[in-house]
Amino acid sequence: MSDILVKIRDLHFSRGDRKIFDGLSMDIPRRGITAIMGPSGSGKTTLLKLIGGQLTPDQGSIEVDGLNVHQLSTRKLFELRQRMGMLFQSGALLTDLSVFENVAYPLREHTKLNDAMIRHLVLLKLNAVGLRGAAQMMPSELSGGMSRRVALARAIALDPMMIMYDEPFTGQDPISMGVLVSLISELNKALNICSIVVSHDVPDTLSISDTVHFISAGKVVESGSPEALRESQSKWTHQFIHGDADGPVPFHYPADPIMEDLCR
Amino acid sequence: MFSGLIDRVAHLGAATIHSFRRLGRGSVFLLEVIASCASLFTRPRLLIKQLYSVGVQTLIIIVVAGLFVGMVMALQSYYALIDFGAEDSVGVMVALSLMRELGPVVTALLFAGRAGSALTAEIGLMKATEQLSGMEMMAVNPMQRIVAPRFMAGVISMPLLATIFSAVGVIGAYLVAVELLGLDSGPFWSQPQNKVDLYLDLYNGIIKSVVFGVVATWIAVFEGYDCIPTSEGLGQATTRTVVHSSLAILFLDFVLTALMFTK
Repeated sequence: MSDILVKIRDLHFSRGDRKIFDGLSMDIPRRGITAIMGPSGSGKTTLLKLIGGQLTPDQGSIEVDGLNVHQLSTRKLFELRQRMGMLFQSGALLTDLSVFENVAYPLREHTKLNDAMIRHLVLLKLNAVGLRGAAQMMPSELSGGMSRRVALARAIALDPMMIMYDEPFTGQDPISMGVLVSLISELNKALNICSIVVSHDVPDTLSISDTVHFISAGKVVESGSPEALRESQSKWTHQFIHGDADGPVPFHYPADPIMEDLCR
Repeated sequence: MFSGLIDRVAHLGAATIHSFRRLGRGSVFLLEVIASCASLFTRPRLLIKQLYSVGVQTLIIIVVAGLFVGMVMALQSYYALIDFGAEDSVGVMVALSLMRELGPVVTALLFAGRAGSALTAEIGLMKATEQLSGMEMMAVNPMQRIVAPRFMAGVISMPLLATIFSAVGVIGAYLVAVELLGLDSGPFWSQPQNKVDLYLDLYNGIIKSVVFGVVATWIAVFEGYDCIPTSEGLGQATTRTVVHSSLAILFLDFVLTALMFTK
């Protein structure tokens, strides 16, 4: 079995006239947490949707566990997705189902387990994210952080080989953020799976990642361990990690000289 | 001058292409929905839940509207027919109008406004909050779990609602014509019994309402599924559902009437 779970080669993808990926290549290992970081609009979420087969690339290939995602039949793709978990930015909980039923949903859809077994599994998953006590609540009664934890419990319901996290820390208060950071780290250790975290939250993401890929302008700018990237000589990486206002990514959006504009 | 003209022609061409592209997408979507309906045999509870939401919850507006439409028709028919001494025909006139036209058409228009807009908003909001994407990533086909039950519930509900509308309309007409205006109840009931034809009137009315049900629900679920997932996009999709459904229903009513009631 290869150590590489996700293999991306020469990926090209555009939305209308806007090029999102321009020959992106990347390997994601089978175990550990891999962070994909980059500025807003760099295509991080799009990359997750491409890995999950929800979008089709213009060119290039994405292999997950040796299977070319975009050449699979719908049935095969759905079989592959049963081994993938995805945590959406909004949680994406089904609003007409309770917390318990949301976590039970993939189990009811894809297994023939009886109600007692499903109940045990759901309560264990909810316990893992600290929300067993909220099992009977409705999604509308949950805070943003709680919604993501429930969504995380649902993502691990079928014991997947990988979990993709789409901006898990966005809009969280410090306590919720701390809970999510430690949950992602601990779950990955306990389940010994592949976690792909897409984020632009530098300190927290670097603190839990084993490998980091920085992407910008449709390509991988730099990859490596968090320690190596902190020491990187690349000006782009330095600017991104330290949040400098100006640098290779300019403060000003491209425009004519200001005097020309003012004198018009 | 020429560039302005060319711009207008280009704009018209782009709008036409956009409309046909949407029609094509909508047609493929309809085929997918029909193919997905087979999954309802294994999960009838999804359909039952939607029958309640789409059908039962639309019942009140249908009953109230049917009652008033029947009452108004009885009044108008009475005032028109009494000049010819033919006021005994109020019953048959109301019954035929309701079964052939007003039952299916008004029910479909009310359905598009009440249930159709709700279906679009619900599915559109599920798209905007990534619930549909979430289902896809859980290897669950939203066409089977979300769209097909709602579509089938609309198609089943519409003829039942139209029948109830017509029945309540006749009762409303009875209340006005017999109880209020003092017409004899004998001819009020016996004339429709003689004149209303099972195939020509009742069955054709039901066929109409089934066709309206397919079209109104198809437009509603497609607009929701195809909407731009923003608050503005969702608002526009809901408006389009009501406008397009209403126009389609009225146009199809003309076509079906022309085909069904030729002499």
